[in-house]
Amino acid sequence: MSEVFGVPVQALLGQLMLGLVNGSFYAMLSLGLAVIFGMLNIINFAHGAFYMMGAFIAWMGLEYLGIGYWWSLFLAPVGVGLLGIAIERSMLQWLYKLDHLYGLLLTFGLALVLEGLFRDLYGVSGQPYTIPDELTGAFNLGFMFLPKYRAWIIVSSLTVCFFTWFMIEKTRLGAYLRAATENPRLTQAFGINVPLMVMLTYGFGVALAGFAGVLAAPALQVSPLMGSHLIIVVFAVVVIGGMGSILGSILTGLGLGVIEGLTKVFYPEASATVVFFIMVLVLLLRPAGLFGREK
Amino acid sequence: MNRQTLGYGLLLALGIAAPILVYPILVMKVLCFALFACAFNLLIGYTGLLSFGHAAFLGAAGYVAGHAIKVWEFPPELGLLLGTLTSAVLGWIFGVLAIRRAGIYFAMITLALAQMMYFIFLQAPFTGAEDGLQGVPRGKLLGFVDLSNDINLYYVVLTIFIFAFWLIHRTIHSPFGQVLKAIRENEARAISLGYDVAKYKLLAFVLSATLAGLAGATKMLVFRFATLTDAHWHTSGEVVLMTLLGGMGTVLGPVVGAGIIVTLQDQLADKVGSLVTVIMGAIFVVCVLVFRRGIVGELGALYKRVIGTR
Repeated sequence: MSEVFGVPVQALLGQLMLGLVNGSFYAMLSLGLAVIFGMLNIINFAHGAFYMMGAFIAWMGLEYLGIGYWWSLFLAPVGVGLLGIAIERSMLQWLYKLDHLYGLLLTFGLALVLEGLFRDLYGVSGQPYTIPDELTGAFNLGFMFLPKYRAWIIVSSLTVCFFTWFMIEKTRLGAYLRAATENPRLTQAFGINVPLMVMLTYGFGVALAGFAGVLAAPALQVSPLMGSHLIIVVFAVVVIGGMGSILGSILTGLGLGVIEGLTKVFYPEASATVVFFIMVLVLLLRPAGLFGREK
Repeated sequence: MNRQTLGYGLLLALGIAAPILVYPILVMKVLCFALFACAFNLLIGYTGLLSFGHAAFLGAAGYVAGHAIKVWEFPPELGLLLGTLTSAVLGWIFGVLAIRRAGIYFAMITLALAQMMYFIFLQAPFTGAEDGLQGVPRGKLLGFVDLSNDINLYYVVLTIFIFAFWLIHRTIHSPFGQVLKAIRENEARAISLGYDVAKYKLLAFVLSATLAGLAGATKMLVFRFATLTDAHWHTSGEVVLMTLLGGMGTVLGPVVGAGIIVTLQDQLADKVGSLVTVIMGAIFVVCVLVFRRGIVGELGALYKRVIGTR
C-alpha cells in the first residue's frame, strides 16, 4: 500500500494535508466575505489586504517589539478589526444606499493603497516568520509525519469557523444579525442598533482575515503580495459555493483546498487554475452556486 | 448638433497635431488605453455590467498578434485582426459564463476567469512567461507603409482609434444601444417588454471584449512586446479607474480618464516608484466617495446647470 495510481502514499497524504491547510484559509476568508456581504451588501475586495496585514502585524510585532506568536494571534486580528471599523465609519457607511458596485470599487482602491504601502516599505520578497517552539516538529502517525504547525492551522481555523457559525446560527446576537441581514429597517424599528451591528460585523469579518494572516505567517512567507494572490481564488470559491450559507462557505473552502492539493499530485500544471475550472463547471451546471440562493 | 460636430472637429485636429507637440509613443499609449477604456465603458456605462477581467482581452490579443507577426511572419494588419478575433472569441466564452450571474457575482466571475487566463499565459509555451514576448517587428502595413517610423505608426493608431470610437458612438446611439441602456436602468422591465436580455448582454460583452482586444493588439505593435502586465488584474483595475475618473456612461469620459492616468503613471514612475499603486488606489477611493460622476460627468452636470438657469 505504498502507491496509489502510481503516486507514493506519503506524497499523496502530504499534499492532502497541504490542501486542507489552504482550504482552511479559503474557508476563513470566504466566511468573512459572506458575513460582510450579508450585512453590508459589499464585496470586500480589501479582504486579501487585511489578511496580508494580519501577517505583517504579527511579523512586525516580533521583529520590532518582541511580541510573540500567541499574543499576535490575539492582537493582530484586533488591530485589523479596529482598522476595519475605522474604514467602515469613515468611508463604507456612505455607500450603503448606492449600487453594490461602488463598495467593490472602494475596497479595491483600499486594497491597492494597503498593498502599495507595504510594498513600498518591504519590497516584494517575503519575510520569514519562525514557527513558535510549541508547534515545531511533527507527529508520527505511523503511516506519515504530520507537521504540528499544519495540524494547528487546520484545527484552529476550523474552531474559529465553528464558533462563527455557532454565534450566527445559535445565539441571540446571531439572531439579531440574521434579522438585520433580512430586513434592516424592520429590525431597527424593534429597537436594535443596526448601524452598530453593521460596524461590528465589518470589524469582525476583517478580523477573521487578520487571524488567517497570522496563522499563515509561519507557514508561508510574509509578503505584501500574499493577499491579492489569495483573494481572487477566494472570489472563485465564493462563486462556487454561493454566499447564502455559512456552513456552505466553510465546506466549499475546505473541499476546494483538498481538490487543489490532489491536483498538485496528479497534474501539477493545473494546480493554479483548477479552482477556476471548477468555477466554470459550476457556472455551467448549477449557475446559482452549490449552496447559493441569488440575493 | 453643430456644436458637437465642432467639438469633435477640434479634438480631431488636436489628435492630428499631437505627435508634433508630444512624444508620439506616449500619445499612442494614451490612445490605446483610451480605446481600452471606451470598450470597457460600453459595458459599465451603458449596460451596467462591471467586468473586472478586461485585462485578459488586452493581454490575449497582444500575445496572439505578437506571435502571429513575429513567428508566423504575418503582415501587421493580419496580426492585428487575428489578435482582435481571439479576444472576440474569448469574450464570447467569458460572456456566456459570466452573464449567468448578475451584479456583484458578475464582477467576481470575470475577475476569476481573467486570473485563470493569467496563469495560462504564465505557463503557455508561446508567451515567454515572465520575460514576455519581445522584439516583435512592426513591419509594413499593407506592404508599403513602414511602421517602424513612429509618425507613420501614430497615424495608423489614430485611424484605428477613430474607427473604434466611431463604432462605439454609433452603437450607443443605435436602437441596440437604447436597449442596453434600458437593461441598465431596469432589467426586469426590459425583460417584460420582451427583450432577450441575456442575448443583448452577451452581444455587448463580445463587442466590448473585441474592441479591448483591438486596443491590446495595437498597443503590442506600438511597444513591440506583449507581457504578463497586460493580463494582470492590476490592468483590469486600471481600466475601471480610468473610466470612473473620466466619467462612466459618458462618451468622452474614458478618453479623458485614460489620458490622465497614463500621463500620471508616465510622470510618476521615476519619482515615486511603487507608491504609484498607492496613488492609484487613493484616486479610486476619492472618486467613489465624492466624485462618482467623474470629470466629464461633473462638467456635463455643471454645464447643464449653467444653461438651465439662464
